[in-house]
Amino acid sequence: MDKGKAVMEGVGRRWAVDFTDNSTSPSSRDIPDPLGFSRASLDQDDSTQSRQKKDAESNWKAKKAWEVAQAPLKNLLMMGFMMWMAGNTVHLFSIGITFSALWQPISALQGVGKVFEPYKDSRVELLGPKLLFIALNLGGLALGVWKLNTLGLLPTHASDWVSSLPPAQDVEYSGGGVNLH
Amino acid sequence: MAMAIRAFLMFVLFLFSTQFCFSLYEDQVGLMDWHQQYLGKVKHAVFHTQKTGRKRVLVSTEENVVASLDLRHGEIFWRQILGTNDIVDGLDIALGKYVITLSSDGSMLRAWNLPDGQMVWESSLQGSKLSKSILNVPKNLKADKDDLILVFGQGCLHAVSSIDGEVLWKKDFSGQSIEVQQITHSPHNDLIYVAGYVGSSKFYVYQINAKNGELLKDNTAALPSGTYGELLSVSSDMFVTLDDTRSKILLINLKNGEINYNDNHISDLIKDTSGQGVILPSRLPGIFALNLDSLGILIKVTNEGGLVLVEKINNAAALSDAVSISDGQHAFAFVQHEENKIHLTVKDVHNWNSDLLKERIVIDHQRGNVEKIFINNYVRTDRSNGFRALIAMEDHSLLLVQQGEIVWSREDGLASVVDVTTSDLPVEKEGVSVAKVEQNLFEWLKGHILKLKGTLMIASPGDVAAIQAMRLRSSEKSKMTRDHNGFRKLLIVLTRAGKVFALHTGDGRIVWSVLLRTLRKSEACERPIGLNIYQWQDPHHHALDENPSVFVVGRCGPSLAAPAVLSFIDAYTGRELNSLSLAHTVAQVMPLPYTDSTEQRLHLIIDVNQQAYLYPKTPEAIHILQHEFANVYWYSVDADNGIIRGHALNSRCNGEVVDEYCFDLRDLWSIVFPSESERILATMTRKSNEVVHTQAKVMTNQDVMYKYISKNLLFVANVAPKAIGEIGTATPEESWLVIYIIDTVTGRILHRMTHHGCQGPVQAVFSENWVVYHYFNLRAHRYEMSVVEVYDQSRADNKDVWKLVLGKHNLTSPFSSYSRPEVITKSQSYYFTHSVKAIEVTSTAKGITSKQLLIGTIGDQVLALDKRFLDPRRTLNPSQAEKEEGIIPLTDSLPIIAQSYITHSLKVEGLRGIVTVPAKLESTSLVFAYGVDLFFTRIAPSRTYDSLTEDFSYALLLITIVALVAAIFVTWVLSERKDLQEKWR
Repeated sequence: MDKGKAVMEGVGRRWAVDFTDNSTSPSSRDIPDPLGFSRASLDQDDSTQSRQKKDAESNWKAKKAWEVAQAPLKNLLMMGFMMWMAGNTVHLFSIGITFSALWQPISALQGVGKVFEPYKDSRVELLGPKLLFIALNLGGLALGVWKLNTLGLLPTHASDWVSSLPPAQDVEYSGGGVNLH
Repeated sequence: MAMAIRAFLMFVLFLFSTQFCFSLYEDQVGLMDWHQQYLGKVKHAVFHTQKTGRKRVLVSTEENVVASLDLRHGEIFWRQILGTNDIVDGLDIALGKYVITLSSDGSMLRAWNLPDGQMVWESSLQGSKLSKSILNVPKNLKADKDDLILVFGQGCLHAVSSIDGEVLWKKDFSGQSIEVQQITHSPHNDLIYVAGYVGSSKFYVYQINAKNGELLKDNTAALPSGTYGELLSVSSDMFVTLDDTRSKILLINLKNGEINYNDNHISDLIKDTSGQGVILPSRLPGIFALNLDSLGILIKVTNEGGLVLVEKINNAAALSDAVSISDGQHAFAFVQHEENKIHLTVKDVHNWNSDLLKERIVIDHQRGNVEKIFINNYVRTDRSNGFRALIAMEDHSLLLVQQGEIVWSREDGLASVVDVTTSDLPVEKEGVSVAKVEQNLFEWLKGHILKLKGTLMIASPGDVAAIQAMRLRSSEKSKMTRDHNGFRKLLIVLTRAGKVFALHTGDGRIVWSVLLRTLRKSEACERPIGLNIYQWQDPHHHALDENPSVFVVGRCGPSLAAPAVLSFIDAYTGRELNSLSLAHTVAQVMPLPYTDSTEQRLHLIIDVNQQAYLYPKTPEAIHILQHEFANVYWYSVDADNGIIRGHALNSRCNGEVVDEYCFDLRDLWSIVFPSESERILATMTRKSNEVVHTQAKVMTNQDVMYKYISKNLLFVANVAPKAIGEIGTATPEESWLVIYIIDTVTGRILHRMTHHGCQGPVQAVFSENWVVYHYFNLRAHRYEMSVVEVYDQSRADNKDVWKLVLGKHNLTSPFSSYSRPEVITKSQSYYFTHSVKAIEVTSTAKGITSKQLLIGTIGDQVLALDKRFLDPRRTLNPSQAEKEEGIIPLTDSLPIIAQSYITHSLKVEGLRGIVTVPAKLESTSLVFAYGVDLFFTRIAPSRTYDSLTEDFSYALLLITIVALVAAIFVTWVLSERKDLQEKWR
């Protein structure tokens, strides 16, 4: 997350002072250009430089996006380890872990757009990372559900549905016994 | 979500399952349980008032209780309960310090220490034939400084030493065919007269030397006619009896060993009577009493052998024996009835002109007539004689009357409870606020502060005592209104005396009692007996302005052919609403599961001719029954012939009188057990009002087994004919126990199992889909308990989750026994240490709470045993999953945990039955155990998971909350202030 923050700071600036003067028309200035100064060559040089810079930025963004997309994998492994530690009996710890394992992917999936917003760029293809991110989170969710099932907390058995059914009523009624004495 | 809750609950239960016992703390005794001690109907009473110190009266009762009562307050000093077959025949005091009882048809003589009731000696008197048993403790009969006790029983006369119970001499009369009637001791010449008959007209008398039992003389005389009734001794050598026409009095005189007799017509003594008399068994010197046309007649026997009429007593109810008040002066008492009063008259036997005492006592008419009276004299401060009388009433209650007042009374009818039902209390009316009950707010606060002190352990011993007293006499539990948890109810009990009592479950007090008119002796009904008590009307949804009512079914005599009587009683007030003497008999009462618009339950009374009578007799009831006509079945168990028959309603009776409420029954099926190999010993069905929560039993692997839950199941236990007797009378090879589970609609045998080498007595309980029964294993020489669970195999293929989710199943559709479902059973047996008097199972409002078996042990205690111990799936090494489910590793015997006796340190003497009633709170079940004593408590088989315990400190909770809120406020203020300072910096 630290890296993401750094990127955010770089992009989301409010104002800036550009010490390189990019204007090409000398008439706009009160002061003539010094002798021997060729604005054209400088302009040429400047534009290639900025293009390079932008390329680098989008490259970096794409890289970062992939990195962010892969982040849930670590989480997944961590969760898997925790689940293994928790065991298969129902108690406070295992229930807590399972529910957090379910909650994390769901909350992450809800915020997919937000996570990838910083890397939004016309030149950056975000579909790939997003799909990976979603897939990994779904994987995490599946892991959580699987854990829930191993704990026996999913109503996948007939017993879960039958238990609440009242017993069937008898059609016939019979009474009697030994004579009263 | 439900799944998660269930799983969580199971987890909680698992946590609790690590500790099985549901014991209670010492200071919780009496909080929710009560225990009452009774004696039964008094048969004999002997006063012991001579010595200074505690005055007492010794009684023996029809419940075979021997007790010593405090004459001042009627409290029990001590009490000994003999076995059910050990009937007390005689009671007396010997040596001034031993209470002597003769029991078991004159074969058991016991001496109890007078002050504390410890048994001093016991002697078993052998004899060969059944006979009348007579206990005679003569004054001044001494042999070698030892007082003798004369006992006649089993055809033999024994002289027993009163010091150690040794038989000093014995005379056998069983060789002669004489039926001994009287034994008298003549103090002047130390002679014992043994008088009796051969046949009915030959009179025999034996003279025996009291010192050594030597037969001195025997004499016989043929009486002019046969005799009627018993022989009464007027003095040591004079006897009276009636002749067989009951119109002549025979007076037999044994002067000098010669038998002289003369007969006198009763009509000579009393003019214009033609009735037949009965000699009353009161022992009065020189006098006897005759009951003639409900007139008490006292006749004096003169020394010359003449009879003189002394007095006629109108409305005579009871006559006491004579009591010696001074030298040669004897007094006796008789009682006359006058509406709600009784007249007690004490007279001198030899001086008829004046009364020693004449008192008029007002007695509650619900006590009925006086049955027995015992008197005792005391010397007043002015040296005159005072008398106190112990009176046994028709309802078996016991009164002590002195100086015209009832000093104390005991409701000993409650010792012989026949049947029990319950009723809810009235709903709390508006206007009765909590503050009124708790006196005022200050008291309430004080109580809670005391409790808080107790919780925080800063209470002084005085405070602790105050807390305990407050808990015990909490007005909350004895209020006369319905409570939210359903703990307060009325227990309506029918006693053998024909009296119905309503007991409050909170403190056991008698709310009302009524002696039923239909169950009192009358011309039409000679020996009425109460059979059962049933719910009649229990308004819940309709007819709420009416009080609930119960009805009592009785019969005019012990035989099945006696006509039936019904009484309807208002459950709130005890008023007898209606009573019916029915033309038909009663063999069975069948409460139907239908109620009419006023919530009166329909009942079928089936008579011995197999005709069913519908009650209530209203057209509406007929209409309701007509709807279900084809679905009502009846079965009869004929234990004598080993036949179970099934019947269905057929048509209206076609007798001479058209009765549209009478129906014929037709036979449907019968099961005939082979009489050479099986005898019916016990039958058991499910309780008709039992609630079952679920039909599924979930196995460890999440599989489902469907319980076979049908109300129409009958458990039958049969034994081999040779093994029908006591344990030990049959060898293991010739005894076996066969159990059946039978569908009572179709007569189909669902399950049959044989236990070889086992025999009765069998006690069983049937609940949901399982039956637990208790029997004796002759091979192992131990008692065993077995469980059989019945599962419905035909439903087992309902396994598709989606079908269940979408409701495409037939699991809740009504179910007919004719569909012949396939069943499987699982069973397991365990050893059990105790022999058992009764088994019952807890019942709760919705049937969710796990069950406990309530076992009435031979020690008259009630043991709560978790049903999980009787689970046929118990294995030696349960898997982890099975353990989690709560399956206990298999052991060969059932554990008896001392803390799980719900009667804790008390005994319910003479325990006969246990009744469980669900409270409104699902976790809790009310338990009432009855015998000679009564015991009530409430139990929570899975603990009170749905409510806070009663000793929960609300004050502590309140204080904690207040403290937390205060802390939050303070920290909030502090943090605000700190924030402000930060900002200014």
